[in-house]
Amino acid sequence: MHPFEYARAGDAAGAVAALAGDPEAAFIAGGTELVNWLKDGIERPGRVVDINRLPLGQIEATSAGLRIGTLARMSDVAAHRAVRSGFPALAEALERSASAQLRNMASMGGNLLQRTRCPYFRAETDLPCNKRRPGSGCAAREGLNRTHAIFGWSDACVATHPSDAAVALRALEASVRVLGRGGERSIPLADFYRLPGDAPERDTVLEHGELIVGIDVPATPRARRSWYVKVRERASYEFALVSAAVALDLDGGRIREVRIALGGVAPMPWPLTEAERALAGLPLERAALARAVDGAFSEARPLARNAFKIALAKRTVVRALEIAGGMA
Amino acid sequence: MTLLETTLRVNGTSRRLEIDPRATLLDALRERLGLMGTKKGCDRGECGACTVHVNGRRVLSCMTLAAMHEGDEITTIEGLAREGTLHPVQQAFIEHDALQCGYCTSGQIMSAVACVREGHAGDEDEIREWMSGNLCRCGAYPNIVAAVAAAAQVMEQHAPI
Repeated sequence: MHPFEYARAGDAAGAVAALAGDPEAAFIAGGTELVNWLKDGIERPGRVVDINRLPLGQIEATSAGLRIGTLARMSDVAAHRAVRSGFPALAEALERSASAQLRNMASMGGNLLQRTRCPYFRAETDLPCNKRRPGSGCAAREGLNRTHAIFGWSDACVATHPSDAAVALRALEASVRVLGRGGERSIPLADFYRLPGDAPERDTVLEHGELIVGIDVPATPRARRSWYVKVRERASYEFALVSAAVALDLDGGRIREVRIALGGVAPMPWPLTEAERALAGLPLERAALARAVDGAFSEARPLARNAFKIALAKRTVVRALEIAGGMA
Repeated sequence: MTLLETTLRVNGTSRRLEIDPRATLLDALRERLGLMGTKKGCDRGECGACTVHVNGRRVLSCMTLAAMHEGDEITTIEGLAREGTLHPVQQAFIEHDALQCGYCTSGQIMSAVACVREGHAGDEDEIREWMSGNLCRCGAYPNIVAAVAAAAQVMEQHAPI
């Protein structure tokens, strides 16, 4: 591990100032992400600023929605009564993430800031990876890419985003509150992540020194009837091959409005906007749902080894709609 | 590099230490405090062998820096028995032969104690799901699940433990 100084932030403004004055500094919260990268040499900060003592761990439920402090731990958000009843997709996504120990540690803000990654990024021997060493190439592009992206990838990077919660939060139309030197700003999760393009080393629109202070989830008519389905190669403690979050507003037996986001298929939670439009007004019947979802995949670009993700993702969306709609 | 002076409260005792800021909680426990019961398996947050309790919650000691835990109450496997009497989970692991090589066992036991206290040991499926962060390469899972289920019953009768 590269040597670093350790500092404890006294308040949020101080934490932001500490990074603003030091391009080599990094925040640490739960540690479950950064400590891995420190050990692998993927991150080499000169100073680590511990934000765990900041008063940013609250979970507040009001008629407007949820206000989740960035330091709220995944396990506490998943267990929160108002989250389980009013935003079930979020509780489900969190509880299907990682393990009980990691969920007790990992912060909500840190969860969103997980790097897109793949086995080549994390390889213990030095393999080409543009995220890890810009310009070195992408070993996965023509390599073992069965678990990689089918949407949004570039020749520079085909990795997927690992967060389950981010997928649920995308379907729930959440925003991220960010503190920088110029004050606070709110960024819709829809605008928070960036596609790899030719600069895959940057995963989000955050600037160095900007601190996520909270996540806001609006109480839409759809939030209460939301769900998350995660498909993976083990029963537990595994990243998604494919996942789907849906949030549904029903009018009798028909869909009034729906939001859909996919996980495991793109460098960010992937909105299925075309399916959202096609599903409006349809009855909750499997064949009708499947037809409407089908068309949204015309722009999928599978790699050599992951074309199966298209059929799997379609079925996962239909399954999530059925569960959210009370059919399954 | 600057060493940090910090105090760790481990198993009810405060220990003053000078540590490298890079030291994980796991390394501080093993290498500086001589508490070898907590094991280093993968050292990358994947196996659960290093599970300890921080302020009563199960965490992975390999994925957190020791410096982050000044003032926290840390409990390791060495702090589980009371006055020579094994914790019901320890006793159940012996009675159910819930181990083969034993390397994952202290992590399994620390995780199981928390699993029961959290109320996540209601049946075998729930135990499997909520113990999934602890891998056992010997494959002693059937006996581990049985031990956790048995310990849960004992702990319910003798709360608080």
